[in-house]
Amino acid sequence: MPLYHDDDQTMLAETASQFMREEGAIAKQLRHWRDRDCKDGFGHDLWKQMAEMGFTGMLVSEEDGGLGMGQVEANIVLEEIGRNLTPSPFLTSSVLAATALKHADNSARERWLPGLVSGDHVYSVAIDEGAKHRPERIAMKAEKSGNGFRLSGTKDFVLHGASADMLIVAARTSGSDTDKDGVTLFAVPKDASGLDHEAVRLVDSSMATHTRFDGVELDGDAVIGEVDGGREILDVMLRAGRVGAAAEGVGVASGAMDMTVDYLKQRKQFGRLIGEFQGLQHRAAHLYSEVEIARAVTIKAAQLHDGGSEKADLMASVAKAKVARAAGLAVREGVQMHGGIGMTDEYDIGFYMKRDRALQEFLGDQYYHANRVAELSGY
Amino acid sequence: MAETDLESFRAEAREWLEANCPPEMREPVRDEGDVYWGGRNASFKSEAQKAWFEACRDKGYTVPEWPKPYGGAGLSPAEGKILRQEMARINARPPLSSFGIWMLGPALLHFGTEAQKQRFLNEIARGEIRWCQGYSEPGSGSDLVSMQTYGEDKGDHWIVNGQKIWTSYADEADWIFCLVRTDKENKYQGITFMLFDMTNEGVSTKPIKLISGNSPFCETFMDDVTVPKSYGEDIPGYVGEINRGWDVAKYLLGHEREMISATGGGDRASSLGAVSARQGELDPVLRAELALFDVDALSFTAMSEKFMDELKASKGHPAQPNMLKYAGTELNKRRHELIMAAGGSRALEWESEETQGGKPARSWLRTKANSIEGGTSEVMLNVIAKRILDLPGA
Repeated sequence: MPLYHDDDQTMLAETASQFMREEGAIAKQLRHWRDRDCKDGFGHDLWKQMAEMGFTGMLVSEEDGGLGMGQVEANIVLEEIGRNLTPSPFLTSSVLAATALKHADNSARERWLPGLVSGDHVYSVAIDEGAKHRPERIAMKAEKSGNGFRLSGTKDFVLHGASADMLIVAARTSGSDTDKDGVTLFAVPKDASGLDHEAVRLVDSSMATHTRFDGVELDGDAVIGEVDGGREILDVMLRAGRVGAAAEGVGVASGAMDMTVDYLKQRKQFGRLIGEFQGLQHRAAHLYSEVEIARAVTIKAAQLHDGGSEKADLMASVAKAKVARAAGLAVREGVQMHGGIGMTDEYDIGFYMKRDRALQEFLGDQYYHANRVAELSGY
Repeated sequence: MAETDLESFRAEAREWLEANCPPEMREPVRDEGDVYWGGRNASFKSEAQKAWFEACRDKGYTVPEWPKPYGGAGLSPAEGKILRQEMARINARPPLSSFGIWMLGPALLHFGTEAQKQRFLNEIARGEIRWCQGYSEPGSGSDLVSMQTYGEDKGDHWIVNGQKIWTSYADEADWIFCLVRTDKENKYQGITFMLFDMTNEGVSTKPIKLISGNSPFCETFMDDVTVPKSYGEDIPGYVGEINRGWDVAKYLLGHEREMISATGGGDRASSLGAVSARQGELDPVLRAELALFDVDALSFTAMSEKFMDELKASKGHPAQPNMLKYAGTELNKRRHELIMAAGGSRALEWESEETQGGKPARSWLRTKANSIEGGTSEVMLNVIAKRILDLPGA
């Protein structure tokens, strides 16, 4: 498969680009909700609009009411979300949860997918335990209780946790913390008793929770996939999320870069446009190279993920790490090249820096993924 | 061409290679002697090298995608790709390497007259004439267009005086394609892309010893050298038009960067970290550097693939090869820094048998030229700033 978009994908990109530019713009969404101290961190109206556009269910199969598209298509939307810093639960609901729910039985799919496709529901995932992403270590307990399970423990960095109508939770049903097996995925509804969210606003104005599971009782049908056999689904879900986060990061990087290059063509000092200075030109050109390479490896990773290639895990980590490095460079150079105005809240470039910081951390930072590249390569 | 035709071509190619590529020619290239460059004074290192070259020459496989009348096999790009894949599969060495194939050939195919192509392309394809390239001058490196080597118009010939530098293997080449100023008033439209014999009176060469200890480049001096304007009917002694040699040079530079783009980043098949770890335990910080390198190398591989895909579909920005040249050569330099670090004191050995005559150290030093030759990294960044980012005054 060539590493560029075909005609249908190009059309989707144009549609998504226009939609996010108009409806998802910083002034209309991120800054608007931030200034109103929004407890969700995103606008539900926009989420409904995204449903009308068909975005929310793009990864959901046609039999289940979705569009049956792949990660390459979801990434197209995510790149535009990144470029406009559009706050939405798309990555957690339409990519992570949707990928996990592909492996759920009929009744679970019937229960959860229509709300996702219609934009009435918001979903998220509860994986991390602690401040760093370490999904190899799952300590949270899910003990047998009657016909179901009782969950006890705490999950961190649950994005949109307090707004989510359902959380996909990785918990341990057998074995010890670091065992590969013995992990089970559960779909935990919002109203489950014993669920306690401590909501926290993050640097990028998004909302996350530390979520405490205080003996949360679940029916047996809350299990996604097999009991003790959740690791495989978890891995595929995380891979989709990482490749998706990489695409969003490419959008963040591109948005920051474009804004900065534009600024170099407007700002005058010493009687010249600052873009005439070679000291800045070379840094901008280097940044361009890094962002282009990050974009290429992200398309590659999405194609391999969709094709179920044996290299998909490796390339997902390569993409997540590479994008983190390129986007980090883009936002740092962005603020620096804007000079003093780049430090002001009034100017948007700072939002890119903040969003990049949060996105870097989500589902594993560059160090986690570079280490994973080494491990998967055998050293 | 239909899939089935391509598959039957693959079967044919495989069968032909099986029958014609001797086992010795499927071994990795160990040193310069293993590379066959052709030319008047060429000699074969082994019977196998000779047999492999001659089989390819007769089949048109020294230049598989050139048209048959010019010594090629007339393969389509898709067939050419399959042949390369099949050759790579059995690790077949290139039967013939030459600047004629890589550089002059593409220029002639694009700008040459029919009779020029008939003569020069066949000579290249058959390995009869070895060419070298005369571009840079001591005072004209990155600023190539400032070059001074001058050809005085004498009617049916020029008298050329000047000096070229970084002429690859000029001391072993038969002919040179050379940029010569033919109009001092016109900077860009005053250069002619001349072709002449290195045995002409007044041409001399002097090898330059590099920091790697090897001498792949020469200085080439031209002292009242006579260059005819014609070598026969419809065979001009120059490519393109008189005073329009800069167009040819630019085309070739683009072609060269495209070629580097397609192959850039060095040996990318295996993880550098995995290879290094096999030599011994890695310091944790070195392991981390290797992991970050592998991230960049695998990402760059995807970029090269994307570039080639877009090239075939005529998509992508025309200045993109400059970006790949920049990123690929910088990456390769980093690769060799890490190879030296992982190799430790063994990698310092300059002559030992264990290092095949100091291969790690010499290669490490050689790669420092990657970001200088064919346009420096700084020039690449200038081009990106100007042509892609459209920055002012760039």
